[in-house]
Amino acid sequence: MSKGFRRPKLYTGKPMHYCPGCTHGIIHRLIAEVIEELGVEEKTIGVGSVGCSVFIYEYLDLDFIQAAHGRASAVATGVKRARPDTLVFTYQGDGDLAAIGTAEIVHCAVRGEKITVFFINNAIYGMTGGQMAPTTIAGQKTTTTPFGRDVTTAGYPIRMTEMLATQEGTAYAARVSVHDPRHVLAAKKAVRRAFLTQQQGLGFSIVEFLSACPTNWGMPPRDALKWLAENMIPTFPLGEIKKPEGVE
Amino acid sequence: MLHEIIIAGFGGQGVLSMGQLMAHAGMMEGRHVAWIPSYGPEMRGGTANCGVTISDSPISCPVVTNPTCAIVLNNPSLVKFAPLVKPGGLLLVDGTLVDEKSERTDITAYYIPASQIADELGNARIANIVLLGAFITLTGALQPESVLAALKKVLPERRHHLIPLNEKALQAGVDYIRRVVAQC
Amino acid sequence: MEKVLMKGNEAIGEAAVQAGCRFFFGYPITPQTELPEYMARRLPEVGGCFLQAESEIGAINMVYGAASCGERVMTSSSGPGISLKQEGISYLAGAELPCVIVNIMRGGPGLGNIGAAQADYLQAVKGGGHGDYRLLVLAPASVQELYDLTITAFDLADTYRNPVMILGDGILGQMMEPVVFRPAAEIKKPAGEKEWAVTGRKGGRPARLISSLHIVPENLEKHVNKLMEKYRRIEEKEKRWEEYHTADAEVLLVAYGTSARIAKGAVDRLRREGLAVGLFRPITLWPFPAAELAAVAENCRQVLVVEMSAGQMVEDVRLALGGKLPVHFYGRTGGMLPDLNYLVQLVRELIKGGGGGE
Repeated sequence: MSKGFRRPKLYTGKPMHYCPGCTHGIIHRLIAEVIEELGVEEKTIGVGSVGCSVFIYEYLDLDFIQAAHGRASAVATGVKRARPDTLVFTYQGDGDLAAIGTAEIVHCAVRGEKITVFFINNAIYGMTGGQMAPTTIAGQKTTTTPFGRDVTTAGYPIRMTEMLATQEGTAYAARVSVHDPRHVLAAKKAVRRAFLTQQQGLGFSIVEFLSACPTNWGMPPRDALKWLAENMIPTFPLGEIKKPEGVE
Repeated sequence: MLHEIIIAGFGGQGVLSMGQLMAHAGMMEGRHVAWIPSYGPEMRGGTANCGVTISDSPISCPVVTNPTCAIVLNNPSLVKFAPLVKPGGLLLVDGTLVDEKSERTDITAYYIPASQIADELGNARIANIVLLGAFITLTGALQPESVLAALKKVLPERRHHLIPLNEKALQAGVDYIRRVVAQC
Repeated sequence: MEKVLMKGNEAIGEAAVQAGCRFFFGYPITPQTELPEYMARRLPEVGGCFLQAESEIGAINMVYGAASCGERVMTSSSGPGISLKQEGISYLAGAELPCVIVNIMRGGPGLGNIGAAQADYLQAVKGGGHGDYRLLVLAPASVQELYDLTITAFDLADTYRNPVMILGDGILGQMMEPVVFRPAAEIKKPAGEKEWAVTGRKGGRPARLISSLHIVPENLEKHVNKLMEKYRRIEEKEKRWEEYHTADAEVLLVAYGTSARIAKGAVDRLRREGLAVGLFRPITLWPFPAAELAAVAENCRQVLVVEMSAGQMVEDVRLALGGKLPVHFYGRTGGMLPDLNYLVQLVRELIKGGGGGE
């Protein structure tokens, strides 16, 4: 068997529409690889959301449901209750999960729904063109915080994963980054653990990815990765916040 | 025959369950029946009422506007519903609890000390069944047997020990009316 | 067959279970709460799942998920909650997912009150959510019909891959009437997996997608045209209505749900007085039996629409009749019911007046 860099089998081969330097592609790949490695392609159902990743179903060769903005975790709840033997994941951005879908995600975790949530946090609204996200960091400029996010009027960046980890229903919660290879490898481990948590029926699992948006951050891709490491990680510390026993 | 009944009182007096019992009994006799409650906040300690229709033909309108009989267990209900009774209709009042009287002369009113009778039987909460006994005696709308049979269906198993008491209350209502009528 | 005395809300629940609905997602709101309560007790008995969602928005999206898997699924609410569900309903219609949504209407607008009302008619039949879509809207008028039409609703939903709404009101939900159940053998249920349902790519089959997104305008237009074609088929085949003493009616009442029961009572009384009054009761509010109403009204002189609203269905009646005869309106709002005595008097006066203006 030759070991080398190759396209995941779960890729449909359609060219992705993501901007240069956007890290959605890396995250898609990690999810595809883990599903392939676990051999669960034929029992996986993905729930896409509204945002830049709305076309994820074009890229991953899986059964998919396209959910309304913020509602992916409620849709996934319906799926998992109807088909408890499937592996269900949602793929949601920061606007989707941390703003409009806050009630849905919190109660999904509270109920300990046996689903996996991939939460893509790039500190900005990508698809609508660079507005403030709930995770926009203090002082960060966006089109709706043109002078930088003033926490006294626009509030503080929300740390969803820590918040969700406090709930009994949450079995696995981690924050990872994909700004360099070392972190990409760690991120893949988290994806795998989240899926295993679901497979073992232990409860709700979430992996938050810190992700780069060079276009809306207004910088070249390499600078964006550097900006992520230097500015986002202090606000959103990396690591496994909650991990069940027996999941490797 | 068409009986359109309004039963009204305070929440907790068994007004709604009495109506349900009547509808059940009517259904078991093969009649067409409907029961409509007042629902919502007024059920919680305030006034409660329900409309019951028992008919030999299909019920077009289950909403009782002008009852053939009003059964009232408190003063506000007397004030509200006595004026709505159809001319020639019947008004049954728990005379123990209601101190007012209807001034209508075109209906027949009975002021039955139902709560007192129920109290003497050992449970003031079955005044509603005493009134039901009076109602079926005066109207012939339902057979006592079907009321008792319906009671077995309506009451949960754990409450079946109350059936003999209910039977007594029903009979007390029947007897009261028979006595009153005999005296006339 | 044995009769069972049931509350309307519970009859809906039992019908759903008998129709093979195994999933219910809801949120409490008066006057429909007996339905989720019934499902919470009943669904576990048949291996189903009841879930009290965090909101009506959560509930309708859970419906979206379970329906995507091809399951028979239901949610219920009343006015304010139905408004919250509208986003999800639009998505369900767009993605062509079958499901049954129950609205036991209460007084509005806003928080309004918990009294019975019919003021969500326009919301139900003209859209409610965003975009070009229709719901099939069924309007039962008795507890037996709540049972029967709930079973019908699941069939229609599956046949047309479309959400179906049962539009009841607080009185229908709360009232008790006898119900006769259908023998289980007479209730159709979908056989096997639906060919479009997401289940995981079992056996390596091509991936399936449930979506209402069509980013290319040409494609979205094509999709909308396909929906419109479906709605035309529904309009051709699925209109339901009841005629009551209409053959020689001089005044025709038009009403649905609880209003229709009161109108029927009025017809009975007026007929006893020898007056030629009839009732046309739409059972499907969408598709609205417009041509059928027009045919019945052909020989009438006046029409009187009775609603528990400030005048909503009356718009469809006027459209159906095209100004050929006077259409009067009597409505009560705020949880008040049409008054039988007033209605009877109103019709007497209409007959005396012989028609003409409003």
